Amino acid sequence: MNATVKTDPTAELRNRHRWRPVEALPWLTAFAAFALLPDYAALGTQIIIMIIFALSMDLILGYAGVVSLGHAAYFGAGAYATGMLSALLGWNEPLTGLLAGGLAGGALGLLSGLVLLRYHGLTLLMLTLAFAILLQEAANTAAPVTGGFDGLQGISIDPIFGLFENDLWGHHYYWYSLSILFLVFLVARRIVHSPFGRSLVGVRENVRRMNAIGTPVFGRLVAVYTISAAMAGIAGGLFAQSNAYVTLDVLDFARSGTVLIVLVLGGTGRLYGAFLGGAVYMVLEDELARISPEFWEIGVGLVLIAVVLFFRGGLLGASDALMRLIRGRSPR
Amino acid sequence: MSAALQLTGLDKHFGALHVTRGVDLTLEAGARHALIGPNGAGKTTLVNLVTGMLTPDAGKVSLNGRDITGLGQAERVRAGIARTFQINQLFRGLSALENVVLALSEREGIARQIWQPAGTNSAILDEAMAILSSLGVGADAGKTISGLPYGRQRLIEIAITLALKPRVLLLDEPAAGVPSVESDVILDVIAGLPSDIAILIIEHDMDVVFRFASRISVLVDGGVLTEGTPDEIARDPEVRAVYLGEESHG
Repeated sequence: MNATVKTDPTAELRNRHRWRPVEALPWLTAFAAFALLPDYAALGTQIIIMIIFALSMDLILGYAGVVSLGHAAYFGAGAYATGMLSALLGWNEPLTGLLAGGLAGGALGLLSGLVLLRYHGLTLLMLTLAFAILLQEAANTAAPVTGGFDGLQGISIDPIFGLFENDLWGHHYYWYSLSILFLVFLVARRIVHSPFGRSLVGVRENVRRMNAIGTPVFGRLVAVYTISAAMAGIAGGLFAQSNAYVTLDVLDFARSGTVLIVLVLGGTGRLYGAFLGGAVYMVLEDELARISPEFWEIGVGLVLIAVVLFFRGGLLGASDALMRLIRGRSPR
Repeated sequence: MSAALQLTGLDKHFGALHVTRGVDLTLEAGARHALIGPNGAGKTTLVNLVTGMLTPDAGKVSLNGRDITGLGQAERVRAGIARTFQINQLFRGLSALENVVLALSEREGIARQIWQPAGTNSAILDEAMAILSSLGVGADAGKTISGLPYGRQRLIEIAITLALKPRVLLLDEPAAGVPSVESDVILDVIAGLPSDIAILIIEHDMDVVFRFASRISVLVDGGVLTEGTPDEIARDPEVRAVYLGEESHG
């Protein structure tokens, strides 16, 4: 081949995992938001929890192409594990409590994944939905340990590192949650850029071809499903700690649906969609609920319809299109 | 020395339909073997039985003397059987380069690695580039599959299988759906494939078959009607009646 290669086609793959300056943006935003709106730290914490949850969803949906309507099962498992550890056993140390949430989510993900991931498409969708509903019903029935319909009470979390209590303004928990998000994000980012992560994209793009190149597809899916469920469990644990209260809501279908909406809104398969989608959804919900406590969901619905209709790839897809437009106009 | 690929008495039913009837077929190392037969003869079913997409009701598949009938699809690939599909099965949203890289990563067993960035493995990237260049599609490496002409996509199918370093390669109508201008390029590539790979080509186009194959098996109604050199097959009156004859009508 004597064709002169101007750009090295391997460069894109070689550099994909490198950090870009723009990746500082979500973190700078988190700092700025705290500096400008310290009164909203509690909302910020809930946004961060939603982002962690959506990140976990992105691993299976955005990368491996596994659609689930029951991801709240793992969020809820984490929330109950962390909460029950404190409420029933009196184990109140926050970091190990969170770890327990992650382990509970991960263990449940592994066990359920071994069954669920044998199915695809609509069947899988229905089974994930049914699984989460069953789990919620089980939690309802197991009232002596879960508190059932009344919720799990008596959670008390020690100060973080023995120093930082969950203060009235939620400032400490904002930074605590942000730190956890950062760690979870680092892990997720590492995974999606690894050969394992790329093989998940292969599964999403074409399962038949993956089988034909010798990939143990089922094993890969179970692995990522377990990791994703563990992350959802951590989000749930954080939720239990920040609210010091767990109800059956954590396992609700609405939560499974919301995390899907958040991800589609932000953009799937790129991690940062979880950040943008989580922030926009939660702020929108907060603002609209203030304007109209009864009809705020209509507003969220309209925004979602607009985004899905006009921007494939969610809000991040829209920002890509905008960037291309700006670059296209400027002389090279 | 045992044959690269040996099928013994392969049998498969789909309900009442007997799609594969006691097929025996042997490919020596480096064989250039064609499988022909009218539509519905069960050619693709046979490929699926060999690759493990389907499990036979009876019979045996051996690779280099090793019985692999009980192995799943992925395990057979790792044992050395690769295939192309009649209709492209590619990662359409990824670049041609990454299509090959994914296959290489599986072959090298690094696709399980979860922590090391994929882009740091220079050996894999270089080998992928080398494979694409050897098939004359090096210039397309950075392009997304969905943006490539169909003929080039066919070549990427072959590039992916070569990345697996197979001992047996099954080509399921490699030039199907490709405009004749581009099909010459594909046939040249196939003619130039490494001589140590045993190749079974499933093909409708008799020009391709007679140009490429040194042995031909004729599959009719799920069973092997006859097997021989291209000359023998061309002269066989039964084959002419059943297959070539039909072709001239249709």
